[in-house]
Amino acid sequence: MAAKLSPKMQSALIWGLYALGLFPALWTFWLGVQNQLGADPVKAFEHTLGVWTIRFLVLTLLVTPLRDFNLFNGLRYRRALGLLAFYYAVMHFLTYAVLDQTLALNAIVADVLKRPFITFGMLGLTLLIPLAVTSNSWSIKRLGSRWNLLHKLIYPAAALAALHYSMATKVLGTQQMLYIALLILLLAYRILRPQVLQAKKARRLQGAR
Amino acid sequence: MPLYKAPRIPSSEITPRSFYLKRRELLGLAAGGLVAASASPVLASPLAAKASAYKVDEELTPKESVTTYNNFYEFGLGKDDPAAKSGAFKPTPWTVEVGGMVAKPKTFGLEDLMKTFPIEERIYRMRCVEAWSMVIPWDGFPLAALLNAVEPTSEAKYVAFESVVRPEEMPGQSGVFQSLPWPYVEGLRLDEAMHPLTLLAVGLYGETLPNQNGAPIRLVVPWKYGFKGIKSIVKITLTDKQPPSTWNIANPSEYGFYSNVNPAVDHPRWSQATERRIGTGGFFGTARVDTLPFNGYANEVADLYKGMDLKVNF
Ligand code: HEM
Repeated sequence: MAAKLSPKMQSALIWGLYALGLFPALWTFWLGVQNQLGADPVKAFEHTLGVWTIRFLVLTLLVTPLRDFNLFNGLRYRRALGLLAFYYAVMHFLTYAVLDQTLALNAIVADVLKRPFITFGMLGLTLLIPLAVTSNSWSIKRLGSRWNLLHKLIYPAAALAALHYSMATKVLGTQQMLYIALLILLLAYRILRPQVLQAKKARRLQGAR
Repeated sequence: MPLYKAPRIPSSEITPRSFYLKRRELLGLAAGGLVAASASPVLASPLAAKASAYKVDEELTPKESVTTYNNFYEFGLGKDDPAAKSGAFKPTPWTVEVGGMVAKPKTFGLEDLMKTFPIEERIYRMRCVEAWSMVIPWDGFPLAALLNAVEPTSEAKYVAFESVVRPEEMPGQSGVFQSLPWPYVEGLRLDEAMHPLTLLAVGLYGETLPNQNGAPIRLVVPWKYGFKGIKSIVKITLTDKQPPSTWNIANPSEYGFYSNVNPAVDHPRWSQATERRIGTGGFFGTARVDTLPFNGYANEVADLYKGMDLKVNF
């Protein structure tokens, strides 16, 4: 992005992103209230929120590689994307707890402790909490390099989310395979990334010579 | 509260069969719809089904839900796929090949079956292994009636079922990723198959089966998880070996051969203690009810499994 946006413009774009990002949740909720979500509206809502959590995790993890390959610098949108993933995970969990399990606490606790796929989902959500809490500029300044370290938690969180998603259904569907493959790819990229950056640096130095 | 009314002895067993059939015809006429003598194709919707004593006194799941919320992977993985993507499927003409260890193997045309065996309405609970449930008015005839007609030999111990394979009409059977191996196969022990509750359904809500519900003929075993109810059956084979069943092949640790509804044996990935009643609660009032052993049919079927460890034979 060559053109420099004014700060006002930038923050408007980010607020727009939040609005756009939350729209699927609001719209699906509205359809549910209107009884337009089919025979099992609670599951439909729960699934929609789960899949959007995955989508925002994928988008959040895409920011770095896109930037590394000079395709798109979305750094200023990363916080919003990550927070949207967190908000969706929270809504997904609340739908499960309130609408699906109707707040039957013993059933919820049993599920979280006994069923690996729910345990993984819960762990994933738990790991996202410190990230959401420290997603403000004050924390970034305050924590310094520790902030970077802390926010590496997004990787295990995404891995747990992928695991949870892969176990949530009886058989893997096409969309499911696509998102899980994307998550694996994006996580694998983090392992290769030092080499990519090295090569990039080498090329730049060569160009300078 | 009696959840399930014990059936009376079906009138077919106390009345000579020919006489009974006659009476059925009269009843059918009186009801305004006549199956047997009708010249129009048998599949032209409404079915004349005699009410039966096999019914649960629970609110019926709306027809809209029964016909739009289905697991029928031959048409796709989504619950709405079967209703949306089964338009190209042609349930007529249809034949069911019944053979194996029987004295009189025979391939039945669908119309033969519907003429030969009196169709009754049965209101059964349907419990999916995914922990949701419905209450469905099926129209069909006991599997036992068909099996008796072909006369199983004394070696026969099991009944194997096979579903149709038609990739050109069933989008879930074509494409790169196949969710399951086709054909879908299922099996029952012979005594389970002969149990009076075990039904071959040809309709629901008084009409012939919609494609998405397993047209034109499917199995209904109300005390077992829904996936045992194999749809669009083309072949029934009596055998002396436990037949394979599709979900058991796909994931033997999660889906057993018996798959009797059992709140005490959890699915490895979710609890089976409760179930959500589809089509009743809506968005804010999910109707969660306790799951009953054998789906509430324990009085009728528990004896079939006497002495068996149901945690091992899940
Ligand atoms: C990072 C956090 C999470 C992500 C990304 C996530 C994502 C998903 C996705 C994509 C699905 C499948 C939707 C579908 O089949 O279309 C799903 C299903 C499910 N999730 Fe999560 N989830 C997360 C956390 C949780 C938590 C914390 C819980 C509960 C404690 C939970 C409970 C469930 C349940 C019960 C299902 C299965 C619903 C069903 O089909 O019965 N998830 N999740």
